[in-house]
Amino acid sequence: MSDIADRVKKIVVEHLGVEEDKVTETASFIDDLGADSLDTVELVMAFEEEFGIEIPDDAAETIQTFGDAVKFITEAA
Amino acid sequence: MFDLTGKTALVTGASGGIGAEIARVLHGAGARVALSGTRLEPLEALAAELGERAHVLACNLSDAGEVEGLVKRAVEAMGSVDVLVNNAGITRDGLMMRMSDDDWQSVVDVNLTATFRLCRAALRGMMKARWGRIVNISSVVGTTGNAGQVNYAASKAGMVGMSKSLAAEVASRGLTVNCVAPGFIETAMTEKLTEAQRGAILGGVPAGRMGTPAEIAAAVLYLASPEAGYVTGAVLHVNGGMAMI
Repeated sequence: MSDIADRVKKIVVEHLGVEEDKVTETASFIDDLGADSLDTVELVMAFEEEFGIEIPDDAAETIQTFGDAVKFITEAA
Repeated sequence: MFDLTGKTALVTGASGGIGAEIARVLHGAGARVALSGTRLEPLEALAAELGERAHVLACNLSDAGEVEGLVKRAVEAMGSVDVLVNNAGITRDGLMMRMSDDDWQSVVDVNLTATFRLCRAALRGMMKARWGRIVNISSVVGTTGNAGQVNYAASKAGMVGMSKSLAAEVASRGLTVNCVAPGFIETAMTEKLTEAQRGAILGGVPAGRMGTPAEIAAAVLYLASPEAGYVTGAVLHVNGGMAMI
């Protein structure tokens, strides 16, 4: 797994308090990992901080799964 | 009860009568306080009076850039902002028929828009800490209206709607957002009133006197305290009974 995926997973595990093996490529933050709308905003802000990038609102809306997040950040970072 | 030891508080408008008293009371409860305002001299004097755990942060709230930077400076000075008290406010009174766009806009900018920006900036740290207190100082006229104050009353009513909405957004994270709505309080703002105006106002106050800044500060301390953790989206009216709402 790439370094970016590891760092994203660490943030997700810490923030949502879920088991690491639950955070799979297709795991949806809201449907599978128990996030609420505020969690998703906090996750996006945490990603921005960790990777020094800006994630605009319309892009943030497309980040539904762990895989989406890794893909977006890999392209943006 | 109401112990803020180890907490940090940013108070805007701390050069004014009510703001200074709020800062004194929060500091007296053990908080580290950042005193913000436009006039440096009274802020420095207050900081000297308080001694340790007091920081002066001059800021012009009508300047968007300065507002954005204020919370950052407060965090640099104190390590965090656990309690945010949006107390700064201005008036530009006049009847609506004669009110300029500028008189409207400047009041809304300082009283409402700066409050929005400061809340937004302070939220991040509070969300991470899973603890935070925002207390916005509204006014009785935000609920009752007042001839000659369409701008001020609108800005103060706006604070209430904003605070309730934000309270709903962040309640699950241990953050509370409330308003204190003062009635007529003995300050520089009400000193401008004539004796006749004063008499007319007091005629409508069952308590028969103006309130004191200390009575506002006590309400703020309560809402900032750990004990008020289940109180959010509330408006605490401190007005001697002039409007029982």
